[in-house]
Amino acid sequence: MAVTVTSVRPVPADDDVPRTVVSRSSRSDVVFRAVLRMAGLSSFVITGLILAFLIVRSAWTFEVDGLGFFTKQEWIFSGNDFGIGGVLPDTLIIAVIASVVAIPIALATAIFIAEYAPGRLRRVLVAVIDLMAAIPSIIYGVWGRYFLMPRMAGTADWLARHLSWFPPFKVTIQYTSSTFIGSPFIAGLVVSLMAVPIITSLSREVFAQAPQGEREGAYALGSTRWGMVRTVVIPFGRGGATGACMLGIGRALGETIAVLLIVNPIQSANWHILQSGGNSIAALIAGDWSTAGAHELSALMAAGLALFALTLIVNSLASIIINRSRSGAATAD
Amino acid sequence: MTAVSTGAVAEQSGRPAASEEPIRIRTITAEDVFTLLGAAVGSLGLTWLVYERVMPWSGAFGFWLCWYLVFGLFYFVAAAMQWGGLVVRDKTLAVLVSSGGIFATAVVVDQLGYSLVKGLAAITHVNFWTQTMVATGPLEPLSSGGILHAIVGSLEQISLATLFSVPLGIASAVFLAEVGGPLATPVRTLVNAMTALPSIIAGLMIYALVVLSLGLRQCGFAAALAVAIVMLPTVTRASEVVLRIVPGTLREASFALGASHWRTVRKVILPTARSSLSTAVVLAMARGIGETAPVLLVAGTSNVMNANPFHGWQATLPTFIFNNIYTYGDYKSFVERAFGAGFALMLVVVVLFAIARLLGGARPGELSKRQRRQLARQAARS
Repeated sequence: MAVTVTSVRPVPADDDVPRTVVSRSSRSDVVFRAVLRMAGLSSFVITGLILAFLIVRSAWTFEVDGLGFFTKQEWIFSGNDFGIGGVLPDTLIIAVIASVVAIPIALATAIFIAEYAPGRLRRVLVAVIDLMAAIPSIIYGVWGRYFLMPRMAGTADWLARHLSWFPPFKVTIQYTSSTFIGSPFIAGLVVSLMAVPIITSLSREVFAQAPQGEREGAYALGSTRWGMVRTVVIPFGRGGATGACMLGIGRALGETIAVLLIVNPIQSANWHILQSGGNSIAALIAGDWSTAGAHELSALMAAGLALFALTLIVNSLASIIINRSRSGAATAD
Repeated sequence: MTAVSTGAVAEQSGRPAASEEPIRIRTITAEDVFTLLGAAVGSLGLTWLVYERVMPWSGAFGFWLCWYLVFGLFYFVAAAMQWGGLVVRDKTLAVLVSSGGIFATAVVVDQLGYSLVKGLAAITHVNFWTQTMVATGPLEPLSSGGILHAIVGSLEQISLATLFSVPLGIASAVFLAEVGGPLATPVRTLVNAMTALPSIIAGLMIYALVVLSLGLRQCGFAAALAVAIVMLPTVTRASEVVLRIVPGTLREASFALGASHWRTVRKVILPTARSSLSTAVVLAMARGIGETAPVLLVAGTSNVMNANPFHGWQATLPTFIFNNIYTYGDYKSFVERAFGAGFALMLVVVVLFAIARLLGGARPGELSKRQRRQLARQAARS
């Protein structure tokens, strides 16, 4: 039956070509857009400059040590012998501890703000999370060193005594008053608090954008609120929340001052997270900076290059995941 | 029958009947409250008994951790005794999820309170706000020395950094929101990635540029450049979000009147988003003023007043705190001064944050009460 329609009024294909609209911009607009485009490119320029300067200034280290720089577990400035084989794992250990603690707390908070909190409480909590993100890292560091560390020592002791069958909780050094002071565990806890607001605010935005129709659909099928969250909000926000968590890990990898104020710096990898001794690349740079000679400066630049490459990869992956995901596509435009 | 008759009465008297009030779907019942309270108190008691009396454990945080686990279990059991499976799961998860928000609030309140209480010893001395550390040795009491030099350094550096990062950041945001094109996606990806860039990298880069390559000395201006690099992605990201919610109809109206793209952005889009853009800027300033690591690398720190950002070491509040604790951590008065400076820094951040909240209350194009009154007055006059 439907075929008759085309047979009655055949439409010639040639007439169907859309008219091409030509719009000429004025000269001021052309200039304007060019200026904006250059401003947009500035982030590429800055990233390129960072890479270029770090590569040039770390050349000496890579000439001397080659790839051995990444495996040697020593940092001897009197002998000009440098390697981040110990500090790199230490950085990752702190980041892992931070994300293990931060991700559940942050996602729970994000779901609570987006789905559970009533209007006024929601505004207050959004402000609290934003404020948490705005608190300077030095304050976290001071707070961690003087408030958290002495209060955490008992808990670390408890974990070490009762859960030492779990290899990272084993303590291999002698029990003294400072066994549990300056450990990666405490540094990781403080860094986790700094990652929480990043993960929370990004994933809250994503969760809040879950389509209203699908939510109502879930309720109409008799779902409880948690059932709706589990079947609609979380699947919708999965991509965006994954990206948010990775950005949080990126922040944890690069944290400097809080780690420096808390850990008892060492140059070898410390896999026993409860006992004293830890480090991160950023803390190494800041801690050794003021006393570094020309060669150590080059080694610190090389360490910075490694950190930059690591975080840029993690953060770019996060950014791409956010853009690709269903929820991220909604935020992009 | 009764419902019909009351409805008729209500219609006659012209008032809505009680039965016509909207039904509140989610109400908190007494059972909910008592289940929650009971679980909290019961678990507290049990944890105290086991943790403090029976087992040889100690440490406040371990106590609260155990309490939380026991509380979750108690609540689940108490709920399971009254309600069905689905409701129990729903309510238990609601409680667990909301504890995340409570935890975050507790951390923020604790940090604010802690820096206030510990800083109290130093900030009550007038000289703490009016002197520098030039004539103060490690054993001098708190009645000598202060943070004036650090305040001056912080203000100078944040002003310069704002001057560099804000125009560039907003221009990038306008590019992303208004021009777009194939370039926009990689720029947006990179900007998002750079928001989590370790700030110390910015310090390394500026040091390599200014000190190693240009041969200049460490100075406050270089620190401002490093802080500007840290602030730039924050400004860009926040401003782009704001520019995107400027209503498209305003943009089209401007184009339809024959305005060029440049005039549309300058006269329509930026003024519409002005208050929210200021929020983005102020939040970035709050982030920038707390930066420690890059400033430490390229401006060092100092005990004396240095109001010239182009020459010599310059202290800021964060580097002052860091230096006092990292270098002089064994001296009580230095740690107390660090806490005082921490209080001052938190004060600045909280004030900036409050300003941002006040400015950012309105969405783009939404007028405040005062603006609306002003417009009404203008309309009445004409």
